[in-house]
Amino acid sequence: MASDKPVIVGNATGCLEVSTTVYPYTAWAVPWIHSAFENAAATITGVESAYRALVRKGVIKDEIRFIAFGGDGGTYDIGFQSLSGAIERGHRFVYVCLNNEAYMNTGIQRSGATWKGASTTTCPAGACIPGKKEFPKDLTKIIIAHELPYAAQASPHNWKDMMEKAAKAFEANGPAFINVVAPCPRGWRFDSSQTIQIARLAVETCIWPLYEYENGTWRLTGDSKRIAEGKKEKRPITDWLKSQGRFRHLLTEKWKHVADEIQAEVDRKWEQLKKYCEE
Amino acid sequence: MQPIAMNGDQAIAYAWKQVNPDVVAAYPITPQTIIVEAFSEYVADGLVDTEFVCAESEHSAMSLCIGAAAGGARTCTATASAGLAFMWEMLYIAASMRLPIIMAVANRALSGPINIHCDHSDTMGARDSGWIQIYGENAQEAYDNSIMAFKIGEHLDLRLPVMTNFDGFITSHSLENLSLLQDDDVKKFVGEFKAIRPLLDYRNPVTYGPFDPPDFYFEHKYQQVEAMSRAMPIIKKVADEYAKLSGRFYDIVEPYRTEDADFVAIAVGSTAGTLRSVVDELRAEGKKVGSLKLRVFRPFPDKEIIEALEGKKAVAVLDRAISFGATGPIFPEVRSALFDASERPKVVNYIYGLGGRDVSIEELKSVYNGLMTGRCDRVNYLGVRI
Ligand SMILES: Cc1ncc(C[n+]2csc(CCOP(=O)(O)OP(=O)(O)O)c2C)c(N)n1
Repeated sequence: MASDKPVIVGNATGCLEVSTTVYPYTAWAVPWIHSAFENAAATITGVESAYRALVRKGVIKDEIRFIAFGGDGGTYDIGFQSLSGAIERGHRFVYVCLNNEAYMNTGIQRSGATWKGASTTTCPAGACIPGKKEFPKDLTKIIIAHELPYAAQASPHNWKDMMEKAAKAFEANGPAFINVVAPCPRGWRFDSSQTIQIARLAVETCIWPLYEYENGTWRLTGDSKRIAEGKKEKRPITDWLKSQGRFRHLLTEKWKHVADEIQAEVDRKWEQLKKYCEE
Repeated sequence: MQPIAMNGDQAIAYAWKQVNPDVVAAYPITPQTIIVEAFSEYVADGLVDTEFVCAESEHSAMSLCIGAAAGGARTCTATASAGLAFMWEMLYIAASMRLPIIMAVANRALSGPINIHCDHSDTMGARDSGWIQIYGENAQEAYDNSIMAFKIGEHLDLRLPVMTNFDGFITSHSLENLSLLQDDDVKKFVGEFKAIRPLLDYRNPVTYGPFDPPDFYFEHKYQQVEAMSRAMPIIKKVADEYAKLSGRFYDIVEPYRTEDADFVAIAVGSTAGTLRSVVDELRAEGKKVGSLKLRVFRPFPDKEIIEALEGKKAVAVLDRAISFGATGPIFPEVRSALFDASERPKVVNYIYGLGGRDVSIEELKSVYNGLMTGRCDRVNYLGVRI
């Protein structure tokens, strides 16, 4: 929908890959390649390199677009090098991170995208440790530091915003990156009927602001823009924590200070982002 | 063409220039780096119209090659040692997708301790990854193998990736007078690349690399077995055609004065050349010795080895690599092949030259002495201070 050009898809190992291509079936009606967990960017830019070569040699005449999907594990952690390298080289492709904030395919282990205080199977909340000890890295900003033509954060609850971002990403004359919050009922411990509600809550609490970076300009979009303009309420982080089992322990008196730290960090980053978007 | 002085790395870059592949992925590692440097000059000067991609690691270089080859491009890359080890996961994927990627490997020791000189622990470590492995003895062979590799790997009955291996520094960096083919002859020889089910043919979408459950994985592996089993005659046929074009013929295994020999030593790579001169010296002394160059290591030439070695008194397998807790890697394979010979020779192992340790004529003579006198162990270490 976001592109009228033919697309070729690359995929990192993860839930999306495993659930859509159980041989001898495939859910993909477009050319699709998965090679490994850590190299979706390198693999799809290999296809894009073949495309460039064959266009130069006059073998291919059509315009084709390239897109790669990775989970947060395959993007923030193990695949970060290949993504950074591919962006630095300026390949024309769209990279989409489906960020469910943990390694879900292997059963809910912490990743570099997991929020402080979340309980996962490798950073479980226990009597002494309240889940993950560290804040996640801000990958969208790290990617923007590459000064690529287009990068954005999106959420599935606002499909129009996401579609517009995808369209811009496809038409960017170079690498483009979209980080999408992808609530995971199994890993986050909520009823799957709540998926879109929870995605909305991520934006409303400002833990997942919607914004884009387009040729050097930062811009808030959707609900985030409305919150910044005072047209919509910024909800407290406790609403977010309450909505998911992975944060349940943070609602006790014992770990209240962790919830407070999360709120302080969300506020700090939100104010910082608003400044970027003003300039 | 007049002979031109080139080192092994330059010779490979030159072969690639003549082939003009669609995509080359590059990442530097000694002693391979000259290949990608020389090729980048061809790109800079517009002598090829290859898409030349400097990846940020060998792992990504191989991943790029996989994407490019699946995309429908004629693709090659080069590496050595740690670079090859870093590609390990992707080597299996390239082979399982049946992508005819061509890779030059300047054989070099693996860390640790870090060492940049020649041994074969890198490619021997990759032996089970499903790639064809051909070893060249000198720069001329590195050049010739590089051209043949395209025609072998891309053969429609095969479609497998090919490693063209040659000894780091010994071959990669020494100058040799090479006899090169004309550009047109090379282009005609390798022909146009025919992509099979390429991703870029978006009107006929295909899925590469799906999740393969136990009810299919084994069959897919067996298809790789079948493909490999077709390789030997194809390698031979391509060598025949290449001989017609160049006047140089390369066999799967190359016996030297073995016909009436009682004692034979086997080696891959540059040592095979040194062995022949040792054989000549010992023959001059009236000793009944010969040597065998193992040129193709994957697929493994059991039949050819039996043919060449059946009935010999004793055979020494020279391994420039080690499998800790076992022996050198080629030794058990040669021994296993000879188990089916009607007259089995005694087979011993000599491990030599690790980390670039020089191997001298005298040392190689001592290998034959060991065979002739029976004064050698099952596994022997040549030239190490114990
Ligand atoms: C080199 C390597 N290490 C580990 C794995 C195991 N593995 C497969 S998928 C996965 C987690 C995927 O997590 P993420 O990228 O966040 O995607 P999700 O499944 O959550 O969408 C892991 C660890 C692998 N396939 N390859």
